[in-house]
Parts: sequence; C-alpha cells; structure tokens
Amino acid sequence: MSKIIYPDSHIPAELSEEVIREDSMRPTMKWGRSTQLWLGFLFMVFGWGLYAYIHQLRHGLGETAMRNYVSWGLYISTFVFFIGISHSGTLVSAILRITKQDWRMPITRIAELMTFVSLCFGGLMPIIDLGRADRIANLVIFGRVQSPLMWDVMSIVTYFTGSTIFLWLPMIPDMGLMRDRLTVVDTPFKKFKKWLYKTLAIGWTGSKSQWKRLELVMTIMTIIIIPVAVSVHTVVSYIFAMTLRPGWNSTIFGPYFVAGALYSGSAVVILAMVIFRKLYHLEKYITYRHFDLMGRVVLSLTLIYGYLNLNEYWIPAYKMATSEGHLLHDLFSGSYSTAFWLCQFGTVLFPIVVMCFPKGRTPGALTVVCIFIAIGAWVKRYLIVVPTLLHPFLPIQDVPLTWSQYFPNWVEWSVTMAAFSGMVIIVTLYAKFFPMMSMWEVVHGAHIEESKRVAFEKVEHAEEINEAKTNHKKATVVG
Amino acid sequence: MIDQNEQNGNGSGAESKATGRRNFLKFGALAAGLTVVGGGLQKVLSQDKKENPDTTVFTRDGKVFKADKACLHEYTAPPVTNAEARIGIPGKKFTMVFDLAKCDGCKKCTESCQAMHFTESDREWIKVYKMKDAETTASYYMPKPCMHCDNPPCTKVCPVGATFKREDGIVLIDDDRCIGCRSCMAACPYSARFFNWSDPMQPVAVANIPYSPEHGFPRQRGTTEKCDFCPHMIREGKMPACVSGCPMQAIYFGDQNEDAVTNSAGVTVKFSQLLEDNSAYRLLEELGTEPRVYYLPPKNRKYPKPDMESIGKENKIEGGKSDTGMGNMAM
Repeated sequence: MSKIIYPDSHIPAELSEEVIREDSMRPTMKWGRSTQLWLGFLFMVFGWGLYAYIHQLRHGLGETAMRNYVSWGLYISTFVFFIGISHSGTLVSAILRITKQDWRMPITRIAELMTFVSLCFGGLMPIIDLGRADRIANLVIFGRVQSPLMWDVMSIVTYFTGSTIFLWLPMIPDMGLMRDRLTVVDTPFKKFKKWLYKTLAIGWTGSKSQWKRLELVMTIMTIIIIPVAVSVHTVVSYIFAMTLRPGWNSTIFGPYFVAGALYSGSAVVILAMVIFRKLYHLEKYITYRHFDLMGRVVLSLTLIYGYLNLNEYWIPAYKMATSEGHLLHDLFSGSYSTAFWLCQFGTVLFPIVVMCFPKGRTPGALTVVCIFIAIGAWVKRYLIVVPTLLHPFLPIQDVPLTWSQYFPNWVEWSVTMAAFSGMVIIVTLYAKFFPMMSMWEVVHGAHIEESKRVAFEKVEHAEEINEAKTNHKKATVVG
Repeated sequence: MIDQNEQNGNGSGAESKATGRRNFLKFGALAAGLTVVGGGLQKVLSQDKKENPDTTVFTRDGKVFKADKACLHEYTAPPVTNAEARIGIPGKKFTMVFDLAKCDGCKKCTESCQAMHFTESDREWIKVYKMKDAETTASYYMPKPCMHCDNPPCTKVCPVGATFKREDGIVLIDDDRCIGCRSCMAACPYSARFFNWSDPMQPVAVANIPYSPEHGFPRQRGTTEKCDFCPHMIREGKMPACVSGCPMQAIYFGDQNEDAVTNSAGVTVKFSQLLEDNSAYRLLEELGTEPRVYYLPPKNRKYPKPDMESIGKENKIEGGKSDTGMGNMAM
C-alpha cells in the first residue's frame, strides 16, 4: 500500500516531538567561531555608528547633511521604515493566529522577533534625530497630547510593550522545557542560561491550568495587538499628513503607510525565513508550501500597496495643482525620477508579476523579490520625506547650496548602519539563546496535521470501502 | 494724576500698566516731536514734583506733562518672567503690514533683524523674496517674516509646548523647553523657522544674560528659532528691528485692537483703512492659517521690479551658492 500524503501538509506530521525539539534547540547549543566572527563584525559596525552618534552629540546636528529646508532626512526615513518592518510580527503571528492558519506555526517566532528588534531601533531613530536628546524628559513633563509626535511616542511605546509580551508569551513553555533540560545537557554560558531560562519561564510546569491561562492571555494579546499595530503606523504617517505640505497633505496617508508597512514587513519575514531555514537546516519545517503561502500574502499586500500608490500619485498628478505640481514634476521627471520609477516598477510592479506565478513563490525567486521590496520600501520612505521638504510653498531662493539639496553624509549613514547592525546583533544573540521556532506550537501543529491525516485516511478508506461495496453490488446485480 | 504716573513708572499697577501699553504706539508716533523723549527711550515721572517744571514729557498713558528734568529717570521695562512671556502683552493684537509697492528689495529689514538678534548671515528671520506668480505677471519683492498665524500649524504639532501662541498674537519659542524634533519646521508652510544645527553665533554681550523667550538670548544649539516680532522691543515701546530699519517705510507695525499701525517714518495710519484702501491680502490665505501679517499689492511700484534672472546668481551668502529657485516659484 502506497503512503497517502495529506495534500495540504504544512508541518511534518511524521516527525516526533523529540526530533522537533532537537532541531529547534540545536543551534543554541553551539557558540562557534563563525558566530564570534559574525558578531565581531556587527559590533564593529555598531561601534563605528556609536562613534558617529557621539560625534553628532558633541558637535550638534550640524554634523549631518540636514539643513533648514530638509530638516528631516535619513533618520526619519529609516524610522518610518523600521516601524513598517515591525508590522510583520503582528501580521504573521496575530492575524494568522486569529484566522486559525495553522501553517504559521514554524514562522511565528521569526516574525515576532523581527517586530521586536525593528521596534527597538525604530523607536530610537527619532531620539537620534532630536536636537536636544538631553531634554527627552520634557515629553513627559510638558507633553502635549495634541501633537502627532506625542501620538507616535504613546503608540510606539504601547506597541513595543505589547509585542515584547507577544514575543515572550509563546516562549514560556519553551523556556520551561529548556530550563529543565539544562540539568542534563552541556552548553556554553550554562550559568547565564540557567538564570535566563528560569526567569523567562516564570515557574512554568506545564500544568493544565497554566496551559489554559497561557492560551487565554495569548488570545487577549492577539486581539489587542492588531489594532495597536494599525494605530502605530497610522500615527507615524500623521507626523507628515497633519502638515499642510504638498505631498504630505493627503488623506490616504494612514492606510497607505499601514499597507506599506505590512508589505515591507512580510517581505522581511520571508528574508529571515530564507536565512534561518538555510543556516539552521529547517527545510523540513519551513517548506516550499510556507514560501508559497507567504508569497501569496506578500502578493496581495503588494497589490493593495500598489493600488494605494496609484491613488496617492495619480489623483494629484491628474490635477497638477501648483504647489503639488512642482513636487510631482520633480518625482516624475526631475532629480528624483530614477529612484521614483525604480521604486514603482522594481518594487511594486515587478514583484507582482513574479509572484503571480507559482515558480515566483519559491524560496529562490522570493529572496530576490523580497530584497527588492525591502530596499524599495526604504527608498520609498526617503522619497516621501525628502523631496517634499525640498518643495515648500515659498520658493527656495538665495540660500547656501547645502540648504537646497540633501544627501545623507557619513554621520547619518554610520548611525543608520549601526541601527541595522544592532538589529542583526539582537537577532543573532537571540538565535544563540532561544529556539527560532516555537517548539510547542510546532509540536501542536504536527499533532493537528497528524489528526488531519488520520481523518483524511479514514475518509479515503471509507471511500475505498464504499467503492468496493458498490462494485460488489454491481457485481451481484450483474451476477 | 501724578499718582497714576508714578504707578506707571514703577510698573506696579497692573491695570494702569495695561492702559499705558495700549497707547504706546500713539505715543511712539508723537514722541519724535517731544523734547525729552528721544532715541526711543521712554521717560516717566518719578515721585517728586518740582515747582518749576521746565520740560515736556509724554506719559505712558498718553498725557502731556511739564516736569523738572532732574525728577525724570529712564524707563526700562521690568524683566519678563517665563510665565509672562507665555501670556504676552495684555490687551494687544500685534500685526504687520508690508506695502509691496514701496519695497525695493534692499534687504535692510533683514540686516536690521540680523543685527538685533545676532544671527548668522544665512539666518533670515525676515527674508526678501523675488516673486513672480506667473510667466505673464509682474515680478515684485516680498519680505516675509513669521506670519504669527492665528491658527498656527507649528504650535499645534509641538510635542512639548515649546512654541506657543500668545494672547497678543505673537507666536514665540521657548528654547529652554524645545527638544529639537523639528516638527514645527515641517509644519510651517511659510518656511519661517530655522534650526540651530550647530553652536549658534553668540556675542559675549548676550551669551551670559538670563534666557527669555522674548529676546531669545542666549541662542541654544539644537533648538528652533524664528522671527518673534521683537517683543522685548515692544515692551520698551520700540518698533521691531525690521520696521524701524526699513528705509522705504514699507513696513507698518501696530496693534489691531488699537486699529493703528506705524512705519519707520513715524507715520501712523488707521490699520483697517490701510487694508481697505489697498485691497490687502494675506500670504497663502487658502491654507487657513490666518496670518497676522498683511500685504498691500505691488500696484504702481515706486521702484524697479526685481530682475528674476538674477535669482541664484547673487552670492549674498558667504561660502554657498544659491539655488536656482525659478522652477519652484509658488504662491
């Protein structure tokens, strides 16, 4: 009898709990030379950025390329980009959880981690951009709730807290397991890990009531985190949309930013999936099926984002109102046209076309597409922030050349790269201490798959019997 | 009568102080003709009166007096607390009018402003634009200070209330509170705001005086600054630097409540009449920012129109080339 394969198998049902756990935890047992070299490189980049930031603190923001017209530059663009990436966790983890998409289980941890790290540094970018970071306490002492920037502070702090809890909650059973397992295995940083796992497991024993409570809290968090995530990127767009400036003065900025965030965020999750699948040999868990489904998710999000892009540019472009016209001319055919059209075609149209084909949703093709999308999303944020500032209502006349044009200088690049490397440092360290798959969820998923398979086999079997019966009947009738 | 003047002089009676200030502009106009009050300094009676008054003085509430010279002392405005600076000068609504027909683009207003506020040469709190609204329309010069909008987009977005709208119409910045987020700069449609990207130029004279939002000294790195209608001058009964510095008498400044505005020649006119007779307009009215600055159209210009070709070719600012700007003409 040939093996019946359940057609929509996302999680390897044939794998035992032990194998799943071993595969998840194996990378945390090693602290190899390559890890050290990699972290050393990242810390070098980070350290250089830190030096650049201290330089900026000592001599003022005049050390950046920003001047009076372009008063927001690479920092704020990167801020918007990072906050966008942070939507990945909510999408994959919360939205797929609430819609009971069981295939999400091997990739939820990756997505939640992406949210956490991008928020860590996303939240830092505006502080790096402050002229007087030393007065940050004024936000509390003199805070005005009428200011869009204050909405940002409130929603990002809420979202950061929420997604940290959301990352940690599903880790609790895993932490309990790893804490107990430490007594039998040998691993680097054993003492630290002992403390770490014990603290994070908060006395997890795996009793029935604990499982029940965990399930309940996770359901509550899932419901809470979705509107919070939507609010975050909406209010991030409001720091622009609440001004009168041509290019920002737009009513679709909220949904436009949220769509852009989900689109770039899920692309980055795919990239992280590709990397960890390869590095940690998770091919059995993160399958072609996952890439296909995530590809569909990104495809639909790209379609929404592309549609909003059309609205954002086509409507004012048709009318060409004076002030907006100057900006649009610059974007369509002026100094920013190359970047603008590369963004529109390379990171919207091209991904849509590629991902429409099943072959375009395989890991290889998706890697290319998602790199395009991620870089494109970043460039797009820059194109939203900078050209608008260079097209104020009143003409730019008789000012130093440095005021009337902008390109980030070494300080801004170094600090921004430090933020990126900081993100990767946290991801790397996380992956060295915690399993990159939510073990109990994958096990749970495998159980679900197993029961589905059994049910499927039963149906198949029943059909076979029915068929046999009918044949038998037919035979008797004929006989 | 005398008692009231004494009160004014000491700056203690709140009510009479208010009346006195309300009338300061009229006073300023008349002051030129009076013997004692010169150089914009106000003099008021001190407590003692002599039998033989030998000089004429003009009190802060608009009364003319004869008094002994020896009994007079120079009036200096009392220091303004931060709370007072946030409220503003009671009973006033300051406004500025630019007669574009008179403006010849000499930029003396900018220079006076820069001298008064000790700003760098690239920091034009009042900037003179060369405007040409369309290919076929006439070009003209347009000085642009902060509009001190009644519906200010900048104060709305400030997360810490470092920039605020006062009762007297002035939009000010408290640099002691500013966190340097530059939301206000992004929000301002008139590009009126500047940022101290690096350590600002600071003459020793003002580097160590106590900070007040009204004069903005000492300037601070990492904070925003802009045209402030010179409230520290107003308190002393003087005109903002740009108004008195305009050789063309093209800038009028005054109190809307009093319905009077005055230019550098000391000519005081009825504010509402000036706007009415000249079809005054406000800049970017369609944005709904309700500016407190008015423009009289450049009709029957008395001076040559600006040469639009020269934009970007003049290197007025040290060390930097200029932007071409022509493709960016917007109104």
